[in-house]
Amino acid sequence: MLRPLPLLTAAVLSLPVAVGLLGTVLPAIGLGAVGTGLSAEPFRAVLDWPGLTRAMAVSVSSGLLSTLGALLVATLILAGWQGTRAFVWLERMLSPLLAVPHAAAALGLAFLIAPSGWIARVPALVLGWDRPPDLLILQDPWGLSLTAGLIAKELPFLLLMMLAALGQTDQRRRMAVARSLGQGRIAGWLKTVFPALYAQVRLPVLVVLVYAMTNVDVALILGPNVPPTLSVQVTRWMAEPDLSQRAVAAAGAAIQFALVLGALAVWWGGERAVARLGCAWVWAGRGLPERSARAAGLVLGVVSALAVLLGIAALALWSVAAGWRFPELGPDALTARSWMRFGPEMLSVAGDTLTLAAAATALSLLLVVGCLEAEHRFGLTVGQRALWLLYLPLLIPQVAFLPGLVTAAAAFGLGPSWTLVALGHVVFVLPYVFLSLAGPFRAWDGRLARVGAGLGASPDAVLWRLRLPMLLAPVLTAAAVGMAVSVGQYLPTLLLGGGRVVTLATEAVALAAGGDRRAIGVWGLGQTGAAFLPFALALLVPALVWRNRRGLRHG
Amino acid sequence: MADGLRLDRVRVFQGRRRLLEVDATVLPGTVVTLMGPSGSGKSTLLSYVMGDLAPGFHAEGRVTLDGRDLGGLAPEARRVGILYQDPLLFPHLDVAANLAFGLPPGSPRAERRAAVDRALADISLSGFGPRDPATLSGGQAARVALMRVLLSAPRALLLDEPFSKLDTGLRRQIRDLVFGRARAAGIPVLLVTHDEADAEAAGGPVIRL
Repeated sequence: MLRPLPLLTAAVLSLPVAVGLLGTVLPAIGLGAVGTGLSAEPFRAVLDWPGLTRAMAVSVSSGLLSTLGALLVATLILAGWQGTRAFVWLERMLSPLLAVPHAAAALGLAFLIAPSGWIARVPALVLGWDRPPDLLILQDPWGLSLTAGLIAKELPFLLLMMLAALGQTDQRRRMAVARSLGQGRIAGWLKTVFPALYAQVRLPVLVVLVYAMTNVDVALILGPNVPPTLSVQVTRWMAEPDLSQRAVAAAGAAIQFALVLGALAVWWGGERAVARLGCAWVWAGRGLPERSARAAGLVLGVVSALAVLLGIAALALWSVAAGWRFPELGPDALTARSWMRFGPEMLSVAGDTLTLAAAATALSLLLVVGCLEAEHRFGLTVGQRALWLLYLPLLIPQVAFLPGLVTAAAAFGLGPSWTLVALGHVVFVLPYVFLSLAGPFRAWDGRLARVGAGLGASPDAVLWRLRLPMLLAPVLTAAAVGMAVSVGQYLPTLLLGGGRVVTLATEAVALAAGGDRRAIGVWGLGQTGAAFLPFALALLVPALVWRNRRGLRHG
Repeated sequence: MADGLRLDRVRVFQGRRRLLEVDATVLPGTVVTLMGPSGSGKSTLLSYVMGDLAPGFHAEGRVTLDGRDLGGLAPEARRVGILYQDPLLFPHLDVAANLAFGLPPGSPRAERRAAVDRALADISLSGFGPRDPATLSGGQAARVALMRVLLSAPRALLLDEPFSKLDTGLRRQIRDLVFGRARAAGIPVLLVTHDEADAEAAGGPVIRL
């Protein structure tokens, strides 16, 4: 019962990716169900698309710049402020932002930085403008607002990943030596702690790079429009009613995949170059302008956190705004009208979204607990290669293999359906559930299992009656992480559901184009709430269940 | 008396509990040994002198080095070197880069290379520059760590039980090397240990906690 689970999990992670990539490549060269025989026609169609060069350039630049930006800010914050009160405060501000879905964060940010947004209203009030400035800030052709949005959203992720890995780097003693040898706080950290830390968080950094280059939801909201990014254009080709466009979409997806591989190669080369430069820097013995670097880290971190927080606040305010003319900083009056109008439908879709998330998360949890328990009982450890496997669905762009997966599923007679969407979510939810639960599960005191066995409990009884109840808090946290991931999924829901499975993510992104700010406010806030609800329960339930068990709190 | 390392009624606290009180002067070229059981706050005292006290601890009293008050100075500005029981060579840098790490900035590259080569020759490790520190033996690593701290031209040296992880034969050898070099550099040395033999070899005043 337990033994095949690790293999099954490996299949769940790798098969959809492999089948999907194959299903993308075949139609792209004219083969497969929609093809008419080997031909270069699909690629020619993509190459004939006039926006291709720009779309590729924006995809690469926004991907590389935002990853670099988020990594830089996270590094400056950690190097300059770790162990201070300011850091604790910043960490508290940034951590919850991890749960905010990408689409909701992007919508909020759009409310903030649009020419008629909150920020522009300040100079407008002071200078007496009566209409928004005529600037293309949002959806600018070079994807700068897209890049900024991605930095703000990925910063909490990278910071928390780095913080989690910091424990394995011996940073205290390294820093003590580095500083006693005359290095400043940030320079010493970069020279001694960063190399070890980066090696630990390399995979998450690559996940950010791939996501930033190929995401569709944030690019639709903040990214350029004519031409859009390549991933957005591929999604558009997929949505065409004319089925022959599927082959064009496949060719576009293949080009996007090649582009990602190219960017990964560039990143890899960059890593080498930085390592070399770092060595030269150590030899030169020079420091950094410590004070400015520390200040920059703090300011950038606070601005980034505020951008997302104020964006959510803007969503909230618009959802209850009666009239709100341009230069005014707040609405004339508050009203529940928008909630009466959009609320019922939003809540019903929220119910569907959470049901879908619960299904995908439950299945993921089952597989993850099975894998971890198999590892514990049979010593089926999977090692470093398994870590790559776990990251596989996150490192291969969704837009590269999902179109192929849809085509392949159709070839087996599996049309778009709710089940397909739920199974698709599992592929993306499972890695996060695993990463979140593995640490606490493995750290559980194994002597308790031996005591239990000595009292006559079978291995199953030990799992169900000792281990899992004691690990209630981490299990629920992992479930909350999984549900938040599922609530945020846009492209899998859209493509695997054939546009017929509606979730908060698909609705919120669809509304973005319409520009009804009150509707966007209600739906964007709804998506944020749906992602946060499981976290609230994950905190509340163990506190209630174990309210009389001091040894199990803070676990 | 301005020269040397002066601990002026230094008291170390953990929360509200006082761990120790020390009043001592370490003259240039001499070793003062601080002996006490583990948990007596010896290492914490060294952290205080370094300017790197862990959260949860605090200390009172003045620390001066060659007449300069160290209070409020950043650790990197104090010019106080330290050796721990582990050599703590940076594993991502080769041996030469580890040695270059503490060289004061400003000198030309060729000069820095030469200084590192001289240092390696000095500890009989010529040609070890490009080696991975993880491939060094315990004694070799201890010598590199010593040279690294000396190259940074510290004005005082702190020793946090630096010999306790070496086996007996090696221990005497490294101990003599460290004390000899520190005396030759003419800097004050503060040694923390619970090994009587260390205190004896140090030859200076011993403070028992």
